Amino acid sequence: MCLAVPGRVLEIGERDGTRMASVDFGGVVKEVCLEYLPDLRVGEYAVVHVGFALQRLDEESARRTLELFEELGMLQEEFGDPWERAAAEAGVQDGPSGAGPEAEGTAREARQR
Amino acid sequence: MKYIDEFQDPGLARRLLDDIRASVTRPWALMEVCGGQTHTIIRHGIDQLLPEGVELIHGPGCPVCVTPLEVIDKALAIAARPEVVFCSFGDMLRVPGTGKDLFRVRSEGGDVRVVYSPLDALRIARENPDRQVVFFGIGFETTAPPNAMTVYQARRLGIRNFSLLVSHVRVPPAIEAIMQSPSCRVQGFLAAGHVCSVMGTAEYPELADRHRVPVVVTGFEPLDILEGVRRAVRQLERGEHTVENAYPRAVRTEGNPAALAMIEDVFEVTDRAWRGIGTIPDSGWRLSERYREYDAEHRFPVSGIATREPEACRSGEVLQGLLKPHQCEAFGTACTPRTPLGATMVSSEGACAAYYLYRRLGTAPARSPQPAPQPPLEASPVV
Repeated sequence: MCLAVPGRVLEIGERDGTRMASVDFGGVVKEVCLEYLPDLRVGEYAVVHVGFALQRLDEESARRTLELFEELGMLQEEFGDPWERAAAEAGVQDGPSGAGPEAEGTAREARQR
Repeated sequence: MKYIDEFQDPGLARRLLDDIRASVTRPWALMEVCGGQTHTIIRHGIDQLLPEGVELIHGPGCPVCVTPLEVIDKALAIAARPEVVFCSFGDMLRVPGTGKDLFRVRSEGGDVRVVYSPLDALRIARENPDRQVVFFGIGFETTAPPNAMTVYQARRLGIRNFSLLVSHVRVPPAIEAIMQSPSCRVQGFLAAGHVCSVMGTAEYPELADRHRVPVVVTGFEPLDILEGVRRAVRQLERGEHTVENAYPRAVRTEGNPAALAMIEDVFEVTDRAWRGIGTIPDSGWRLSERYREYDAEHRFPVSGIATREPEACRSGEVLQGLLKPHQCEAFGTACTPRTPLGATMVSSEGACAAYYLYRRLGTAPARSPQPAPQPPLEASPVV
């Protein structure tokens, strides 16, 4: 969770008075808050950390970093199913009481890649 | 130069290594602060490609690893309460507290949920007005702005059933503590790129000057690390100690002013205990007086919890760069990702996990292999 991941802005909107965007991380699309980079535009890339765009990034750097993170398995760590991972680490078959709605959503998004 | 072909630009990697080799006249010890950098270094065997005498020491830059046991135990106690929905990032699930972890709390009936962003926890609070939603707010300067914004939004929107269990830490005081340690061998720092994306570089010149250490802001790709090492070594050989930004594509000198303003509004600097290291003055943030009602520790009685650190775990020494993971007696035997004694083994950014994942087992025998996320192990340099 420490590592920020580059993503490309697909769409910008407002939710509850907050500037938000749909951002594509190599195939996984997440809602991202733009309050810290309010002038980010559709098509631009940014370093995103836990759902917040923190700094603009050029396209080539973003693509290279995404490829590296994919290779290192870091995208799966960031967007994969955390319960599945924790269960595997704990040496049990399934999550403790089934995956919650958030985890299911995350797993579904990860499979879109 | 073995295995250098796996770099994205092997030619450039070779040139950087040649340049480092040509400039080195004596041994140097550099610390990479961020756990993400540690993983890149171990995965690509960068430490083994460097000329003999140039040593990379792993720093304390893994937020999961440095969160103290007492805070984990508070999280476990709050998460077990029937009225609470406890929200956390996924990598906190298996961090051991005294006796159990959040994964176990959920199996015992606790409502523990994993979120991608702290704003997701705020949404859960809005959707469940009859529950108390608590978000586990750990992390370095990169995570502080998102968490600060979430508390700010809770206040702005009048959401009162939301609170933050805060254990934020700051990098510069940790660097200060490392430099003040009598056993410190660090002569230069590769500063954490994404921390500086938020904070900028203003905190470092005074520190670099006072301790006469070069500080090079460094990214996370293999070539970023080599460039960081090249610049730090060049400074050391010339007797210089300045702050350089080797990650300009994501770091501006001024950082992110909007994020800094939000941190300033929502948090205040406080002393903070680091797991395995102890309390470092001014090394953390807590909610400022204005936002104190959103502090989970004020909302729930969790003080006075008795904690018990596993005696065999030497993660504190690993976090300070005093010990390599495989030099710990428990490494790979009593302590594995399946049975972690400390957070450095459980966290995806922990140094012990990196050594285990990439089979840097030292003299310890390889135990049951853990699922390595597609690393071509046969192509990785191993000890």
